Amino acid sequence: MSEGRGQTVGQGRRLQAESGRLQGESRRLEDSEPAPGVAPWDPLDPRRAAQAASALRRRAWRTHASFAALLLAAVVVAPLVGSTSLDLAEVLDRSRPFADNTAAQIFFIARLPRVLAAGLVGATLALAGVVMQALLRNPLATPFTLGVSSGSALGAMLAITFLPAWTGNALTSVPLASLAGAAGAVLIVYALAQVRHRGFSTDVLLLAGVTLNAFFSALILLVQYLSDFTETVRTLRWLMGDLDVAGYAPLGIATVLLLPALVAFAWLPRSLNALALGAEQAGTRGVPVLGVQRLAFFASSLATGVAVSLAGPIGFVGIIVPHLVRLLVGADHRVVLPASALFGGAFLIACDAVARIVIAPVELPVGVVTAVIGAPFFLWLLIRKP
Amino acid sequence: MACALALLVACSPREQAPAPTEVKGPRVVSLVPSVTEMLFAVGAGPQVVGVSSFDKFPADVASRPRVGALLDPDVERILALKPDLVVTYGSQSALRAQLERAGIAIFEYRHGGIGETLETLEAIGVRTGHTEEGRAAAGVLRAQLVGIRQRVEGAPRPRTVLVFGREPGAVRNVWASGGKGFLHELLDVAGADNVFADVDRENVQASSELLLARAPEVIVELRAEARAPEATSPWAVLPSIPAVRGNRIHVLQGDQFVVPGPRLGQAAEALARVLHPEAFR
Repeated sequence: MSEGRGQTVGQGRRLQAESGRLQGESRRLEDSEPAPGVAPWDPLDPRRAAQAASALRRRAWRTHASFAALLLAAVVVAPLVGSTSLDLAEVLDRSRPFADNTAAQIFFIARLPRVLAAGLVGATLALAGVVMQALLRNPLATPFTLGVSSGSALGAMLAITFLPAWTGNALTSVPLASLAGAAGAVLIVYALAQVRHRGFSTDVLLLAGVTLNAFFSALILLVQYLSDFTETVRTLRWLMGDLDVAGYAPLGIATVLLLPALVAFAWLPRSLNALALGAEQAGTRGVPVLGVQRLAFFASSLATGVAVSLAGPIGFVGIIVPHLVRLLVGADHRVVLPASALFGGAFLIACDAVARIVIAPVELPVGVVTAVIGAPFFLWLLIRKP
Repeated sequence: MACALALLVACSPREQAPAPTEVKGPRVVSLVPSVTEMLFAVGAGPQVVGVSSFDKFPADVASRPRVGALLDPDVERILALKPDLVVTYGSQSALRAQLERAGIAIFEYRHGGIGETLETLEAIGVRTGHTEEGRAAAGVLRAQLVGIRQRVEGAPRPRTVLVFGREPGAVRNVWASGGKGFLHELLDVAGADNVFADVDRENVQASSELLLARAPEVIVELRAEARAPEATSPWAVLPSIPAVRGNRIHVLQGDQFVVPGPRLGQAAEALARVLHPEAFR
C-alpha cells in the first residue's frame, strides 16, 4: 500500500481497524500504542475502536447463534411433519428390523434426506446469491442471473426428453446432464467476459449472462415443444424444483462437489467487503481484485450448478434471503454470508414443509412456495424498516 | 436478397399429395390421436384426410398429412384439406372460433374415463355416417372390458400404483394415476385397487414418502415409448414397499396406455395379465 500521503495512511488504518473487528485482531489493537507519525486528526482512538470491535464481535456471535438456532429448529421440526402421521416411538423402535418398519423408512428415507437436501440447497443458493450480488454489485443479481441455472435446466430437459435411462450407482442421467449444462454455461459466460476485456468485466459478465439465460430458456422451450406431451408435465415439474431425493447418496455427492465452493465462501467475505466499494477502491487497498472476482464467480457458479442439479432451479431463495439477512444484520459480508447460509437453509426447509403438507397428499412445487411465502414477507420487511 | 429468396423458398408450404377426392361421407381432420383411432375403428378411416403430429396408430395415419396438434394447429393446412368436420381438443377455443368462421363443423373432445371413450366412439360414428359401426365398436370394447373384469373376478385385488412417468434411473419426479380418469378405471377393470384412489385428480406426483406410506403391493410402470432397460432397479431405494420386497414391479410398454381409444381393451388385458397371471393360464 502506498504511504505517500497522510490520507492514504489514514484510510489504510481505518481498513485495518475495520477488518480487525471480528477477527480476533482487536487484542493487538488494544495492546498497541498509537503509532507515532499518524496524522493527528485520525478519528480512530484505538481503545474505543477495540471496545467497538468486541461489541460488534459479540453481536455477530449473537446473530450467528440465533440464525443457527433457527436452522436447528427447522431441521428438528420439519421431519416430524408430513402427509403421513408418524409415531416417533415407532420410528425409533430398534426391536423391529428396518426393512419392515415403514414408519422408520418414511422418516429416514423420505423425510430426513429431504429436509437435509432443503437445508443444503437453501444454504447454497443463499450463499451464491450473496456472492453474486457482491460480485456484480447489483442488488437484483441472483444465483441464476448468469445463466448457470438455465444451462443446468437445459441439460436436465435434454436428459428427461431424449437420453435413455442410465443408472450408475447414485449418479443418474438427469443430475449429471444438469451439471454438464451448468458447466457449459459457466465456461461460455466466462469466456465471453474474458474475450473483450483483458481483466474481468462484470458488466460484460452480466450482459453475457443475461443473454445466455434468455438463449437457454428459448432452447428449453424448444425442447419442451418438441417433446411428447407425457414428458411435458415432468419437464415442467422439474423446473419448479423438487427436494424429494429419496436417500442420502445424492446428498453425499452434492456435499462433496460443494466443498471447494464452501472453502471459497469462507475465504471471501473480507474481499467482498472491499469489492463492495468498487473494483478500483478495492485494488488500492491491496485486494487482488481479479483473483477475488474469478474465485467469487466460479465458486458461486459451482454452488448454483450443484444445487440445481440436486433439486432443480428453486427460485427466490437466492435473492430474497441475502436481502432479508442484510435488512436484519447490516451489510458486512463476514456476518451476511454465514447468516444467509443458516437462514437460507431454514427458509427452504420451512417452505418445503409447507409444500409437503398444505394440500397433502398432493404436493405443491417448492419453487412456488418459496415465492408465495417469500415475496410478501420480504415486501413487509422492506416497508417496515426505514 | 438471395438470402431472403432462399428463406422464402424454404418456407413455402410443402405441397402434400392432394387428399383422396373419392371419399364417401364427410371429410374429417383429427387433431386428437385417440379420436383418430376411433375414426378408424368405426370405419371412417378413408374419410380421415388429416391427422395430428402425434398420431401413430393405426399404421394408415402415416400416409395422411399432418396438421399440427394441441398447441400448434396449422389452420391453413386444415382449411386446405377442405374438411367437413374437424376433431378438436376441448381447450382449443381459438382454433374452434377460426373454424366456425370458415363454416366447418367441429367435433369437440376431452379426455375422460372409459365411459367417455365409449360415448365418443358412438358419437363419432354418428357424425361420420357410421352409426352402426360406431355402436358396434363401442359394444366390442365394452364386451372386452366386461370379459376381463369377469376373468379376474374373485381374485384378490392387489393394492397397485400405476406409474406413467419418472426420471430415468431414479425414483424421482414420479407421476402416478390418481383416483380419476381412464387409467384409474383400467386398473379397476384389471382387478386391482389403486393406492391413490382417494386422490380426486387424474395425476398424482408420488413422493417417496407417499409411496412408502401407501405401500403398494404391485408397481406397474407404463411407458409410451421403448426405453433401454435400467441396469439396476431404482425402486430398491424404497425397500419397505411390498412390491419392491416381493419383486412385483412390471413395465408395460405401448402407446395404448396413454391414448384412451378403442385399444383400451388391449390395455386392460395387458394390465390384467401382469396383475393376475394365474387367470390367463
